[in-house]
Amino acid sequence: MIVDIEKLSVDYSGIKALDEISFGIAEGDFLGIIGPNGAGKSTLFRCMLGLHTKYNGTIEFFGKNIRDSKKYLSQIGFVPQRPVFDKNFPATIREIVSMSQNSNDPKKVDEALQKVWMHELADRRIGDLSVGQQQRVFIAKALANSPKILVLDEPVTGVDVYNQDLFFQILGELNTKEKISIIWSSHDLDAVERLANKVACLNKTLFFHGVSEDFFSDEEMLKKYSETSMQMHMHHH
Amino acid sequence: MTIEFLSDLSVQYALISGIAISLFCSTVGLFLVLRKFALFGDALAHTAFGGVAFGLFIGVYPLWAAYVVSILGALGLTKLRQSFDISSDAAVAILLTSGIAVGILLFSISDDTPFHDAHDMEEFLFGSILEIEPENVITIIVLCAIILIILRIIYKKLLYSTFSEEQAKVSGIPVEKINYLLIAMAGVAAVTSMQLVGVLLVSALFVIPNVSAMLYGRSFKQTISLSTSFSLFSVVMGIIIAYPFGIEPSGCIVLLAIAILIGSLIIKSSGIVKTIGVSPKSV
Repeated sequence: MIVDIEKLSVDYSGIKALDEISFGIAEGDFLGIIGPNGAGKSTLFRCMLGLHTKYNGTIEFFGKNIRDSKKYLSQIGFVPQRPVFDKNFPATIREIVSMSQNSNDPKKVDEALQKVWMHELADRRIGDLSVGQQQRVFIAKALANSPKILVLDEPVTGVDVYNQDLFFQILGELNTKEKISIIWSSHDLDAVERLANKVACLNKTLFFHGVSEDFFSDEEMLKKYSETSMQMHMHHH
Repeated sequence: MTIEFLSDLSVQYALISGIAISLFCSTVGLFLVLRKFALFGDALAHTAFGGVAFGLFIGVYPLWAAYVVSILGALGLTKLRQSFDISSDAAVAILLTSGIAVGILLFSISDDTPFHDAHDMEEFLFGSILEIEPENVITIIVLCAIILIILRIIYKKLLYSTFSEEQAKVSGIPVEKINYLLIAMAGVAAVTSMQLVGVLLVSALFVIPNVSAMLYGRSFKQTISLSTSFSLFSVVMGIIIAYPFGIEPSGCIVLLAIAILIGSLIIKSSGIVKTIGVSPKSV
């Protein structure tokens, strides 16, 4: 296992956000994390990425507890839901991709941009791109450090269908050709069924983790998921 | 107008110091502007004013006291801001008013100190680059070199944490340490530039050349080069224009920077320069 999560619990002022979540991620996995809004997906990611440290339980990356060292972060690429940055930030795509690089290797920056089909726009300003294109740049930024794992938090929110398909195609290629393990949260069950080989279904507790086909062929499980999503939806409104 | 006055030592000292100050103020300032912290330079300068008064009060050279008070004040407030989630504009207001309040109080109770007269006060408020001492010129050059070297070393990390603090943290960048370092450098830059333009106009050097540069610069490197060029031009021409006419260089420098900004806005709006930089509406 390259990631091992044991009894992870988080509460915000007494309200449970995650309740004793345990699961592992093997090398080469393409894990789709699904769950309704407020299910704790982003909280799980924040804990895994060291952005939220007030949790109980343990998170291990590459066999080491993340509380002991932050070195594991250099092997992880993160693509946030909707990157918050100033639209007028004066930086080109090439500068954005290279600024996260641990080394200074322009060749790697070009390669990373080619992998996400953005090399032709390398000298454009980041703010001039569409959300879908920006998300591809953020994948390239993650790739510039040759990560072993890519973490994506609902990356195609607000992205048009064409760019979503392009995005998913790139993810698939990175997983199969580059052997990068992918942890990806999404609302889109169809996309998860198409792309992910493993599924974790989350709603504060983990009520499924396993092979994708097992989840999508289990009528009971799908019914339970849609009921929970509906309840959460009603609760939010 | 002849240029004989350029052989005057005081003008040469002013130009050398001005060039050094414009280099680091525009560079540090760009990071502050991009972090929506444009007025922080102003707040730091006002804290420095409190520091000057503190120096006079305890009998220490006022400028050294200003460096210490300004940097400590800025770092302390940054810590408070992070711990209690105080917004940037509120932090600026707190720092600015505290500095002035301390300054007024200490100036009023240190009447009999050697530096204390209206002229000294004016120097700190409006700058006195043409009266700069040779040893201060050396200090400014050394500080300029230190700041530019630090910026070169942490450039990528600083740029990344300015672009997105969260993403920089996830990449393992020590964002908080980088923030403290930037604030400390801004403190040094603000106190140093106080000698050029005075407490009241320090933020102009941090902000105006950068806003002009952002209208044209497509890349970060381009923006920083333009900002430095605009800043250098304003400072050098400001001193050169002010000296023969016996007017305050500080006002001249800032008005030239504003003239460049207005010119840039006009050029940009007229469509002569179409494809690069931000639109004038976003400024």
